Amino acid sequence: MSARNRELLALIPASLLLAGGFAAVYLQDSNSLNSKLSDLTLSYAGIFLGLCIAGHLVIRLRLPNADPYLFPLVAVLASIGLVVIYRIDADLARAQAQWFVVGLVFFILTIVFLRDYRRLEQYRWTIAAAALFLLLLPRVPGIGQQANGAYLGVRLPGGIVFQPTEFAKIGIVIFLASYLRDTRQVLVQGGRRILGITFPSIRHLGPLLLVWGIAMLMLVFIRDLGSSLMFFGGFLALLYVATGRLSFPMVGLAMFALGAWFLGSNIGHVQSRVSAWVDPFDPVLYDRPGGSYQLAQSLFAQADGGMVGKGLGEAILTLPGGGNLVPAPQTDLIYSVITNELGLVGACGVIALYLLVVARGFKIATIAGDSFSTLLAVGLTSVLALQVFVIVGGVTKVIPLTGVTLPFISYGGSSLVANFVLVALLLLVSDRARRGK
Amino acid sequence: MTRPIAHLFALFVVLFAVLVGFTSRWTVFEASGLKDNPLNRRALLEELMIDRGSILASDNSELARSVPAEGKTFRRVYPKGELFAQAVGWSYPARGVPDTGTERYRREELLGNGDVISSTVNRLTGRKRVGNTIRTHLDVAGQQAAFAGLAGRPGSVVALDPRTGAVKVMASVPSFNPPDLEQARKDPAAPLLNRATQSRYPPGSTMKVVTAVAAIDSGKYTPSSVLDGSSPQDFSGVPLNNDAGENFGPVDLTTALTNSVNTVWANVAVSLGRPTMEKYLRRFGFDRLPELDYPADQMVASGAVIDGAVVSPRDDRVDIARAAIGQDKLLVTPLQMAEVAAAVANKGVLMKPRLGDSILDPDGRLIRSIPAQQQSRVMSAKTARQINLMMQQVVREGTGTAAALEGIDVAGKTGTAQIDIARGITQPWFIAFAPARNPRVAIAVTVERTVDGFGGTVAAPIAKSVMEALLRADSSSAGSGQ
Repeated sequence: MSARNRELLALIPASLLLAGGFAAVYLQDSNSLNSKLSDLTLSYAGIFLGLCIAGHLVIRLRLPNADPYLFPLVAVLASIGLVVIYRIDADLARAQAQWFVVGLVFFILTIVFLRDYRRLEQYRWTIAAAALFLLLLPRVPGIGQQANGAYLGVRLPGGIVFQPTEFAKIGIVIFLASYLRDTRQVLVQGGRRILGITFPSIRHLGPLLLVWGIAMLMLVFIRDLGSSLMFFGGFLALLYVATGRLSFPMVGLAMFALGAWFLGSNIGHVQSRVSAWVDPFDPVLYDRPGGSYQLAQSLFAQADGGMVGKGLGEAILTLPGGGNLVPAPQTDLIYSVITNELGLVGACGVIALYLLVVARGFKIATIAGDSFSTLLAVGLTSVLALQVFVIVGGVTKVIPLTGVTLPFISYGGSSLVANFVLVALLLLVSDRARRGK
Repeated sequence: MTRPIAHLFALFVVLFAVLVGFTSRWTVFEASGLKDNPLNRRALLEELMIDRGSILASDNSELARSVPAEGKTFRRVYPKGELFAQAVGWSYPARGVPDTGTERYRREELLGNGDVISSTVNRLTGRKRVGNTIRTHLDVAGQQAAFAGLAGRPGSVVALDPRTGAVKVMASVPSFNPPDLEQARKDPAAPLLNRATQSRYPPGSTMKVVTAVAAIDSGKYTPSSVLDGSSPQDFSGVPLNNDAGENFGPVDLTTALTNSVNTVWANVAVSLGRPTMEKYLRRFGFDRLPELDYPADQMVASGAVIDGAVVSPRDDRVDIARAAIGQDKLLVTPLQMAEVAAAVANKGVLMKPRLGDSILDPDGRLIRSIPAQQQSRVMSAKTARQINLMMQQVVREGTGTAAALEGIDVAGKTGTAQIDIARGITQPWFIAFAPARNPRVAIAVTVERTVDGFGGTVAAPIAKSVMEALLRADSSSAGSGQ
């Protein structure tokens, strides 16, 4: 079977998942008054399948050699997101479905207009500047928005909250991939060996320090440990792959840890996140605004889910008097909601899906013909994987909880659109790599 | 660049494995600890969403029911207010107070946790959870009569069906309206206290029924045995007087019970000895918690109390002569004294007292009956018959005449414990059963700290009106064709 036909077939289970999920939530929601059930869920699933097939046709026409698994995996993740968001709030699910369409449009636009993505190399400094501008946008007075102490959003006219970091991560990866393609040789050769460890020369350490400085700046300005970890981690991954020297990312990691520790103990917001992480059940932290209530509720929700979960629509998410028991269920804590309703089994399924996406991303990187393509695929895959780790690790108390989205699942237009563009870039790299073979 | 990419992938596999590991930790390995965390209110929220079953009186009128509250939750209402506040208890999980009374004892059934099949079906079909209904033996008319009889005076009335142990009346005054429990908690009169099961009082001469059972059932005495009823006599080196110092001289046991002769019963107890007295006390249920279907921490044991704890009558610190006439350290609950009357009434067999009659499903169909169970054989049927006759004598011509019912033979025994002799403060008691030949009601009545009140004048009339109410209801329901 050709790659494209495999892709097409794989989209059907994604649609069935959506139909089944909607049906389950609907049954739970409205008990016996389910006369509209069949046509409603089926039409949702039909529309979803139609949209996916549209995406598929574009891939078939423009990128016939692209990886066949990536797009169906993304469709499955997106359908899980739609079902869970529908279960939380039907209106939000409608909005998310619209964002799914917008994301798909950007996905198609990227594929159509960026066929030769290597042109991006020429604009690396422009892209870097734009990414930095995007990163700092939330701190611009008047439009910047603070949520839980971190500056991650920008309020656009019309009430839409735009999260520039989601797009900035792609820009930074493009810049780093092209920068490291140029300098990877000199970074290694110009280095000095001290005690058997290769240190880059002072001259080439400059850009490295610069990126480190940017990450620290993000901690200070955006005040978000999670996204700075994501960016800097992506950078270290690229550095390691580009140079093949473990010492580089190790030094970088040590510098980051040092900086994060210093800033973390001096910036109140980051500090309170860390103390909430250390002891989420401290009654004082629990009751403090922006304290550990969120993390504690996340853990309670997971405990409530157990091995197989409460079932879709069965978990308690809201308080009797109105308001959320589980805060930010559709964004930050959506993984906890999934675990609550689908259990450890469902959560492992979600993690496995992301791992498959990561595996495909790295596979694309290994077969890519040129360094830029390889580094681009590694970078994009790494930031996606790190984003999953940062948010899932945050809600499972592996690391301090910070608010980034769970790619393709969390509610949010910026995240969905940016991640669709990210996957489109991976498919572009993949198509080019396979074309030559 | 392939090798570093493979390493990088391995790193992400490890990182994701850590995520799975931590998720397993919270969902499986540490889940029970998280569920028990005091900050975790999920169990409470889940309980609030259960349509808890009703608690019914014997006539199926509602003593407690759930009504929809905000969100998808339910709230408890108690239509009879203060009448059954202690026996039924309360359930206000939203207020952060633990359940009490029958609400607590029958919690699992009321929440529908017991029947696995129906709750699973409910979950699968997405129906909200509904609990089962508990029907009790409590009799609304009898309870009202008890409240009317006590008329606001602190005290308690317990009425049992001696044949089954069914608790017909469990009244405790002062009472409270369950929704006002927070104010009631601060009330110095302690309305939350279930005086029927939690208050220990000196039983006075009602205790002589226990001593009389021990005397006759042990075979050492008969109702016509003659003893020295002179007054005063020394016991434990301290002179003991009869009521008003009356000197009866040689007197038989029936007369000694009819006229409540202290010195006779003190002599009986001394000659029976501590082991025999202990044997009969234990058979009646003294020295341990009642076997009532009611929370253990809302009940206390009856017996000789030293430093707040019940000690065996074999303990040298217990003055057995005075314990036998309900003085000194002997303290009892009204429920225990109702059980004493019930054991005599039921031909010597004490049935376990029980509030619950049956468990019904949400549609009112019977799931199971709560069966009557024997607690102990206290005395032979012959002894029971003899004590029955002696107690009838008390009501016919002794201290308990105020309890006499028209057309029905009543057997009973009065008691008047002296609390503060100088100020004339007493604790009047009356225990009884009726009809004497075929008893259907056994009762204990006591009133706290009356001034110059006697068992015969204060407690017996209350017992009479409650028994009348219960027997009337009994015969009318029998007449309506059961």
